[in-house]
Amino acid sequence: MSPRDASPFIRRDGPALEEVETYARLERTWATPPGLWGWLSSVDHKQVGRRYIVTAFVFFLLAGLLALAMRMQLAGPEQTLLTPDRYNQIFTMHGTTMMFLFAVPVMEAFAIYLVPLMVGTRAIAFPRLNAFSYWVYLAGGVMLWVAFILNVGPDVGWFSYVPLAGPQFSPGKRTDFWAQMITFTEVAALAVAVEIIVTVFKQRAPGMSLNRIPLFVWGQLVTSFMVVFAMPAVMVSSSMLIMDRLIGTHFFNPAEGGDALLWQHLFWFFGHPEVYIIFLPATGFVSSILPTFARRPIFGYTALVLALVATGFLGFGLWVHHMFVTGLPHLGNSFYTAASMAIAVPSGIQIFCWLATLWDGRPRFATPLLFVIGFIVIFVLGGLSGIMLASVPIDSQVHDTYFVVAHFHYVLIGGAVFPLFGAVYYWFPKFTGRMLSERAGAWNFGLFFVGFNLAFFPMHILGLIGMPRRVYSYPAGLGWDDLNLLATAGATILAAGVLVFLGNVWHSLKYGLVADDNPWGAATLEWATTSPPPSFNFVHIPVVTGSNPLWEEPDGLPVVGGLRVDQRELLLTSVVDAEPEVREPSPEPSIWPLLSATAVTILFIGSIFTPWAVVWGSIPLAVGLIGWFWPKSAPDTPEPVID
Amino acid sequence: MERAPRFAADLAHLPTSAHGPRATTWWGTLGFILIEATGFALAAAAYFYLMGQTETWPPGQSPPDWLWGTLQLVLMLASLWPNWWTDRVAHADDLRKVRIGLVAMSAVGLLTLVVRAFEFGALNCRWDDNAYGSMVWVLLGLHATHLITDVGDTLVLTVLMFTKHVEPRRFTDVTDNCVYWNFVVAAWVPLWALLYVVPRVV
Repeated sequence: MSPRDASPFIRRDGPALEEVETYARLERTWATPPGLWGWLSSVDHKQVGRRYIVTAFVFFLLAGLLALAMRMQLAGPEQTLLTPDRYNQIFTMHGTTMMFLFAVPVMEAFAIYLVPLMVGTRAIAFPRLNAFSYWVYLAGGVMLWVAFILNVGPDVGWFSYVPLAGPQFSPGKRTDFWAQMITFTEVAALAVAVEIIVTVFKQRAPGMSLNRIPLFVWGQLVTSFMVVFAMPAVMVSSSMLIMDRLIGTHFFNPAEGGDALLWQHLFWFFGHPEVYIIFLPATGFVSSILPTFARRPIFGYTALVLALVATGFLGFGLWVHHMFVTGLPHLGNSFYTAASMAIAVPSGIQIFCWLATLWDGRPRFATPLLFVIGFIVIFVLGGLSGIMLASVPIDSQVHDTYFVVAHFHYVLIGGAVFPLFGAVYYWFPKFTGRMLSERAGAWNFGLFFVGFNLAFFPMHILGLIGMPRRVYSYPAGLGWDDLNLLATAGATILAAGVLVFLGNVWHSLKYGLVADDNPWGAATLEWATTSPPPSFNFVHIPVVTGSNPLWEEPDGLPVVGGLRVDQRELLLTSVVDAEPEVREPSPEPSIWPLLSATAVTILFIGSIFTPWAVVWGSIPLAVGLIGWFWPKSAPDTPEPVID
Repeated sequence: MERAPRFAADLAHLPTSAHGPRATTWWGTLGFILIEATGFALAAAAYFYLMGQTETWPPGQSPPDWLWGTLQLVLMLASLWPNWWTDRVAHADDLRKVRIGLVAMSAVGLLTLVVRAFEFGALNCRWDDNAYGSMVWVLLGLHATHLITDVGDTLVLTVLMFTKHVEPRRFTDVTDNCVYWNFVVAAWVPLWALLYVVPRVV
């Protein structure tokens, strides 16, 4: 029994305990210890979330630099800035980094930070698993980039098609690093998905029944389920690939009964839902930002939730549209064409609900809203080219051309990066306690919007007139020169927008206006606590009485008391109605997640060089996991019945 | 902080641990079961896909011998009973019976690992023979990984229950471990059919 427990003080929050005293005791209980050790053992979802966000943006910048290198190479015909081999590595690293190390992790990062705050709880479910997932993600990303710097970067495209990626045509270790990077990032993503599902199911504030869950949280919940069902496919396929390469299995070797298209089926069974794994959280950003700046509740809440769920299901029925030119039966193609067009319906419903919210509101055109409007314009254009690509004859014509490159950048940058930047402007005050500059924000948006369209719109035309993707150069006289130069100019303007953003962040962290709890006048729970929030998120767990709690209770939310202040304790509520059920302890900081992640890293990287690493590498891993789960102290003394 | 909070309820009376769907770990276990079940389903789909690409299945080999895989099936189905019993006594927080149950389940788990080793020896193929062999080894290996992790988990829990660390939450850990064992058994039934029956009937 520690001296604190022995103190005669009241151990739970409630009217009997002074607010200042409650705050101080919660801070003592929940604060991450100072110093390097504390930093390495932190399990605070806000700290882990911030690390995830910063790391993902570093990868975004690195992959953006690679994009600029490609645009410089393609600015004119027959340039020699990059060799063909280096170019192959660069486009592979660009796509791989953007998809696996930036887009998915950054969306999960926002979930890690925001979902516990938005549902009104003190911590994420399984906080040590959360810390572990970050270290594993970091190790996978660093491994890939170190390999690239050492000229062992993957060079077979971000989807690593066999037979090119197989042992015969890609000797060496380049593809193995790619395949193990998949394992790292998918382990991390799956762990986060489970945490988010459980946090949303069991840790919502009392009164937050299913029909009152913020749309951002709904988006992250559906996304997490998509991760659960989609990511195993890429883990299975990348494991088969690495086994084909390292221990002589024949999954993708047609000479021994294997099949190259099996790779494409498994990869796209993951790869297409992946698009929605990136896009649905972004719709959550939009549905959070719009009501705040339109100053009215979101239009069509139920329709928006149903659209999210429908997208989640339909997203699994589309993968074959990536394989229209592989010679599959016509009937199959028709089915997937229909499914690909059908998914435009829920997306359309979402767009119309957002437009209606804006139309009926009193919009305030702050930077987050600018990015949302940019999103609507660009994403609709990307959606339209998507409907074109869903048609087999058009797809057969433009497959593997710049038309496809244009399409997916419209969908991914328009559909995810624009809302993401809006989200950064929107939640930056909550994360840091400072506002970003609005003036710089407007410049950031303007340069982004103009630069993006100049860079990618010409690619539609380039594709239609026959320029294939993934070529490191092209001869003069094909009519591609001017459009390529234009695209490069656009990419430069886009990069200038990123520089303005970085300058804005750097400057605002030091000199930005100090943000109060709710600087935008928003309605959701993350704005009911200080900016940035304390280690325990809320002094008392709030009670939710409607879908827009802060608007419906302008005099402050009602709260519940009775949670321990001398131990980390969470309130668990029922899945549907969020009725209080259990007070459950939440884990203390621990170094074991980092040690376990290190053991996983040794096992994964070791297995690139010898299959026996799976055997001897499992020993430190087992030690790490047992150390992680082994209780560190004697059982708690029973609570006093009367305080 | 500025305004006095409006307390709507005092939750001090709530319990501090729970079993089943009231606890977060139960949902976490279910989440990982979903992930792993998806992995099994996709691997099985790959098996059928490759089977569909081949004229004869297995291509030029005999199917795995019946004995060890079927013994494994019988053993696992039989283990459901002590597993169910352990789950029940853990729900009742009965430490003495939980210890008995966990020791029994540890023994059963170790036995299944021994049988699994013999199964690998009776597959009648190697992973590098052809795609069929690769598929068979991966399916059996995937399930073996689950066996190893669950048996490891059971052993650690068993040891824990004989230390000073026994507290209500440990019983929840035991029930979650029982749920997971049910999944490992449930996964083996279709996999057994896939590995041992399908090659004989197609």
